[in-house]
Amino acid sequence: MILDKEHAMLQKLYRQFAETEFTKELLEELEETGEFNREIHDKMAKYGFMGVKIPKQYGGAGGDYLAYALLIEEFARVSCVLSIYANTSNSLGGGPLMLAGSEEQKKKYLPQVADGSKIMGFALTEPGAGSDAGGMTSTAVLDGDEWVLNGRKTFISGAPFDDWIMVFAQTDPSQKGSRGISLFILDTKLPGVSFGAHENKMGIIGYPTSDLIMEDVRIPKDCLVGELNKGFSYAMKTLDGGRLGMAAQAVGVAQSCLEEATKYAKERKQFGRRIADFQGISFMLADMATDVEAARQLVYHAAQLKDANSPDATLACSIAKYFAAEAANRCAYKAVQIHGGYGYIKEYKVERLYRDARITSIYEGTSQVQQMVIASNILNKIK
Amino acid sequence: MKIFVTVKQVPDTSGKVAVKADGTLDRASMQTITNPDDLNAVEAALTLKDEYGYKVVAFCMGPPPAEPMLRELIAMGVDEAVLISGREFGGSDTYATSQIIAAAIDHYGIEEDDIILAGRQAIDGDTAQVGPQIAEKLGLPQITYAGDIKKEGNTLTVKRILEDGYMMIKVQTPCMITCIKELNTPRYMTVSGVLGAWEKPLTIYDYPTLQDHPLIDKSTIGLKGSPTNIYKSFTPPQKGVGTMLKGDGKDTTNELASILAAKHII
Ligand SMILES: Cc1cc2nc3c(=O)[nH]c(=O)nc-3n(C[C@H](O)[C@H](O)[C@H](O)COP(=O)(O)OP(=O)(O)OC[C@H]3O[C@@H](n4cnc5c(N)ncnc54)[C@H](O)[C@@H]3O)c2cc1C
Ligand SMILES: Cc1cc2nc3c(=O)[nH]c(=O)nc-3n(C[C@H](O)[C@H](O)[C@H](O)COP(=O)(O)OP(=O)(O)OC[C@H]3O[C@@H](n4cnc5c(N)ncnc54)[C@H](O)[C@@H]3O)c2cc1C
Repeated sequence: MILDKEHAMLQKLYRQFAETEFTKELLEELEETGEFNREIHDKMAKYGFMGVKIPKQYGGAGGDYLAYALLIEEFARVSCVLSIYANTSNSLGGGPLMLAGSEEQKKKYLPQVADGSKIMGFALTEPGAGSDAGGMTSTAVLDGDEWVLNGRKTFISGAPFDDWIMVFAQTDPSQKGSRGISLFILDTKLPGVSFGAHENKMGIIGYPTSDLIMEDVRIPKDCLVGELNKGFSYAMKTLDGGRLGMAAQAVGVAQSCLEEATKYAKERKQFGRRIADFQGISFMLADMATDVEAARQLVYHAAQLKDANSPDATLACSIAKYFAAEAANRCAYKAVQIHGGYGYIKEYKVERLYRDARITSIYEGTSQVQQMVIASNILNKIK
Repeated sequence: MKIFVTVKQVPDTSGKVAVKADGTLDRASMQTITNPDDLNAVEAALTLKDEYGYKVVAFCMGPPPAEPMLRELIAMGVDEAVLISGREFGGSDTYATSQIIAAAIDHYGIEEDDIILAGRQAIDGDTAQVGPQIAEKLGLPQITYAGDIKKEGNTLTVKRILEDGYMMIKVQTPCMITCIKELNTPRYMTVSGVLGAWEKPLTIYDYPTLQDHPLIDKSTIGLKGSPTNIYKSFTPPQKGVGTMLKGDGKDTTNELASILAAKHII
């Protein structure tokens, strides 16, 4: 796909910003402290990155899925974790509101998410309900004018510093599985909300992840988002777009693996020659380049289908996420391999890329979940 | 209340510099960028706009492919762009270029509180003449090498940075100021700026637009009207790109050692 002039200019902006602002010092600080860096978050917000996909009337830039995918790809190319900073508002956080929120809710929440003054998270997963998210046990019970929320969500990205979290909970236990689930917007400052310890993660260090615990949290009745008992379908629709973002993230990581490995292969000499001159190495680079390009085109194509509201978009997003995440893992493996022992040492970027790549085939639907989505689509489609 | 910024599209000299057989730059084969000093001029204009509400208009003389560069400036916050483009203008040297740009700005209309900002110098031609010549041709006061600009009513106070010191100069608008990189750090485009960049006005001034302006005389513009003749141009041997390590003492030594080790030099 050849980018049109607007998207090409956006790509240039994203790349310029990431290459200039995501300095070595900043990346090291993130790795060392594991903490959220508000300064870079605010700088991203200043240039409008938090609101790329949020419509103009709610304070965003009104960009499309392709504009969003390019953002995540370019940011992840320099830093996987920093691509998450600009992701949630455009994806799992802002997404369900854009999809199902009332006009009043959109006006109330989206502008502050778009300008970065508030941070929003997404809480679906529970300790006992991961891939099978419909098996959640958190509950919301209406008591007069308030919903009372109870339960524990796990692995919630950004939870400790989120201002608001989109939370899914059971509202009709008589319904089986996913049919009795509703979506709520939770103000994390309310009594009864607490967080678990920061998870000590393998990669994407610098964007804390923790449990979200709700103990008799009372939220106003109008914090229900969309229709009662329709929450699960909102979650699945939001995840389509989210998967596209994570696929783009995987492309960025894979691209970075390719660049690092290529530079290194040209620098490192063994047996009196550049290791790039050995076919065993150069063919690995060729495989990586092919993986990266195929993944990228799948992502851009899926973005276009989403933008066109195509019925094939769900399938395309899962295919893109599945392929790109696995490709990122293959590329990370090869990039470390090409670096030899040095690739195993933290001073080299590929060491971090290897750890960062690993998450892409796990969150927002594991590769196996993508296979399930792809298979069920195909089984329905091909008669 | 307007600020005119003159902006040149130049070959990206950080990449490969290509020279044609006749000694002129092979511009078609090189990547182009906005002249770096001109981005400082744009930033200065946008800073003044943020504070005082100026309308910022970018002027570029160049071929039609310069449009995307102007759109990028609009995506940064420039309100309007003028592309001065026509066969008759091709081959102009600094004398002719400044004549044409001066005519174009005058054609747009200069008012009491307007300011013209230029970069100090273009990285390709490198003469630093165009800005001052524009001021001369419009009969406006000029200050070169601005490292700081403050405004009070119609008076600007400019810090003029020289190699061995600086001058503080007061000037009345309308005036012309050339900007250096010490003045500021140019901002990025914004996302909504990019998405709206093609909706903002971009006007082309061709020869017929400007031909009746008193500064425009066919014998003093374009290649024929340019007093400069190029005898020879060549690419001087490239120096390698250096890396500066920040800080001093043991830290930098360690950093240097680990860079050399990473490259398997030691
Ligand atoms: C760093 C991080 C951040 C996260 N951020 C968020 C967040 O912000 N919000 C949120 O809601 N969640 C978040 N998650 C949760 C994430 O989406 C889940 O971890 C993921 O969906 C997998 O669920 P699970 O960990 O329970 O694994 P499980 O579902 O237990 O899966 C274990 C294994 O079994 C496989 N498997 C499961 N079912 C099947 C099947 N039917 N067929 C074949 N194989 C199967 C899986 O693919 C996997 O390999 C995050 C996770 C991490 C690690
Ligand atoms: C000896 C010589 C011979 C040349 N011969 C030719 C030739 O035959 N054909 C040819 O095409 N070019 C030629 N050029 C290039 C061209 O004349 C100059 O590049 C042009 O006049 C600008 O001069 P400069 O690059 O030195 O800019 P400077 O004077 O260094 O630029 C200062 C500032 O003026 C402004 N400015 C300069 N040029 C423009 C512009 N085009 N649009 C808007 N703002 C501008 C910018 O703000 C810039 O930062 C020649 C240049 C030289 C030095």
